Amino acid sequence: MTAVEAAPRRAATKPDEAPPSRRRRRWLGEHPLGLLFSTPYLVFVGLIFAYPVVFAVWMSFQDYFFAAPGAEVDRPFVGFDNYIAVIEDPAVWRSFGNVGIFLLINVPLTVGLSLLLATALDKVVHARTFFRVSYYVPYVTASVAIVAVWLFLFTSNGLVNQILGPLAPDPSWLVNSGLAMPTIALFVTWKGLGFYILLYLAALQNVGKELYEAASVDGAGAVRRFFSVTVPGVRPATVLVLLLATITGANLFTEPYLLTGGGGPNGASTSPVLLIYQKGIEQGNPDVASAIGVILIVFVLVIAWLQRRFAGGEES
Amino acid sequence: MRRRIMTTAVAAAGLLALTACTSGGGDGGDEGRGDITIWYSNNEAEIAWGKQMVEAWNAEHADEQVKAQEIPAGSSSEEVIGAAITAGNAPCLVYNTSPAAVPQFQKQGGLVNLSEFDDGDDYITERSGDLAEQYRSTDGGFYQMPWKSNPVMIFYNKAMFAQAGLDPENPPLATYDEFLATARTLVSSGAAPFAINPAPTSEFFQSWFDFYPLYAAQSGGKLLVEDGAATFDDANGEAVAEFWATLYSEGLAGNEQYQGDAFADGLAAMSIVGPWAISVYGEDVEWGSVPVPTQAGTAPEETYTFSDAKNVGMFTACENQATAWDVLKFSTNEEQDGIWLEETGQMPLRQNLTETYADYFEANPAYEQFGEQAARTVEVPNVPNSIEIWQTFRDGYSNSVIFGEEPVSTFLTDAAAEIDELAQG
Repeated sequence: MTAVEAAPRRAATKPDEAPPSRRRRRWLGEHPLGLLFSTPYLVFVGLIFAYPVVFAVWMSFQDYFFAAPGAEVDRPFVGFDNYIAVIEDPAVWRSFGNVGIFLLINVPLTVGLSLLLATALDKVVHARTFFRVSYYVPYVTASVAIVAVWLFLFTSNGLVNQILGPLAPDPSWLVNSGLAMPTIALFVTWKGLGFYILLYLAALQNVGKELYEAASVDGAGAVRRFFSVTVPGVRPATVLVLLLATITGANLFTEPYLLTGGGGPNGASTSPVLLIYQKGIEQGNPDVASAIGVILIVFVLVIAWLQRRFAGGEES
Repeated sequence: MRRRIMTTAVAAAGLLALTACTSGGGDGGDEGRGDITIWYSNNEAEIAWGKQMVEAWNAEHADEQVKAQEIPAGSSSEEVIGAAITAGNAPCLVYNTSPAAVPQFQKQGGLVNLSEFDDGDDYITERSGDLAEQYRSTDGGFYQMPWKSNPVMIFYNKAMFAQAGLDPENPPLATYDEFLATARTLVSSGAAPFAINPAPTSEFFQSWFDFYPLYAAQSGGKLLVEDGAATFDDANGEAVAEFWATLYSEGLAGNEQYQGDAFADGLAAMSIVGPWAISVYGEDVEWGSVPVPTQAGTAPEETYTFSDAKNVGMFTACENQATAWDVLKFSTNEEQDGIWLEETGQMPLRQNLTETYADYFEANPAYEQFGEQAARTVEVPNVPNSIEIWQTFRDGYSNSVIFGEEPVSTFLTDAAAEIDELAQG
């Protein structure tokens, strides 16, 4: 019926000209009202995220510094000079190496522990809310407040070394160039776990119970059910956790700033973002800082792409 | 025709207003009178002084009122001021401008050259004498008013010294050998976990409270950078760095960050502090103070140290710069400096300090030593890339002196080479 009515209308228009409603749809989509609703967010993304990124890229090609409005200053185009300065700076290489170590420890731990704990929490019947809140509290508590506790735990005379006794590392955790970054990675894993557990808990609600029942009927034990049903069932959540843990990890700043007193010992825990802060804000070189920032964005994008490529599967 | 004249008049008035607004640009000048805003530090004593100063000024200047507020919260005053310069909303005066940040603020076009006021240079040099020269920028102008210093000295805990069997009234701390022997006694006797515990962290400014005061003393008042070149790659620098390296390698100083005040909490028997410490430690710690040590021992009346000064900057966003200059002079006159000394115990950067305020120092003998020391202070060098220079120095110092990863001589040579380059701008 519809086709019969539509045919004369189509015949009434020129062959190379789409009807006005189709043209409108092409530009505004099937639901033009949706565009109206999404505009505020698009403006927000444009102003708060896209503009600063574009501005940072532009800065990274200038001899740029922040100046008073109206001040006559010379900020010429310098091509790749800032990038060359960054590449020649061993501190930058070291900071990327540090954050690489951090990600190698933090991301797998985050994924593994949050999935395991979420699975366990999903099965808890008694005191479920208590456990969920307990895991979430570190996440919502400011790092500044928690750092004091970790300093108390990991200093030379701290609780951890007292328990370890003769096995305690010397120099101690946070002043040991081999252990400072792993300690920070542990801290960040512990602090962020609550958020990722929540993501997995939500994902677990979508894994059909009948799958577990079928696996049980087939003789699968708890471990087999976990690897054959749970892990594939929450794969989209795993990709999300991987991406979020990598992005937040690559932006590491507060913990080395506070826990190891500005990236110590000897820069062993300096992260690229801490270096960006030092160079861009403290030292007044936002051009060099922007170049580090652009390289960091590329670094994160490459890792994220690899994660999607190898962990995403068809679901993602 | 009449309308055209009116339009021209309005345009001219607008242009005039615009010129007044943008006349700063670092060139000083004498135009612009009216209300101004100032920022001061957020500690209790400085707020009390600031409030009375503003009240005194406002009572006499109905048409040029001063509005004062604490520096907005931020991770550091320098970051807040730097952001305000960029945004164009910096106040007229900031009574907490770090000399280390001045070259950067100047480069940003944020600071007014006070030398361009008719009596600018004369007022500053008459008030501060020879000390003022350290605050002159490389172009010869004063982009900061030298205001107050906190000359640092060694504070020691008399009870801990007595417990270690040391003479608490005349502790042997004048030479490096004496200081190290005293430190070893303090730690080996169990009187204190550490002899001294300056922050071993990597922030650029931490060297102002370990290496730099001792280098100032050892070198007889040299700045870290002079005539565009690093000065510390010499016997004096090496002696100071080796002294600290010995303290760290023997465990007499801690290489871990401590959350709290190591001196007040009894973690360390000594500390490097300014006169502010007198009111802070007050009666909680039975303390004594001595000048920082030198290799051979220097008479106290000849010993230099780091000033830990904070100055006053006038910012180009200020429309009423003539008023701001008058307020600046008013707030640093002899009477206001006297009130400042009474309220805060910090030393006005004024020549003949102890003579000018003889009554105060007689009534407060604990401050007299700091008052005398204020005449022999060394500032951070007023050179381009100042903060980057200090960060470079700190990174090398941390690597070599605190953690012993490379020889002191290598650190001094490498850091000096890098700093020479940075100081060229």
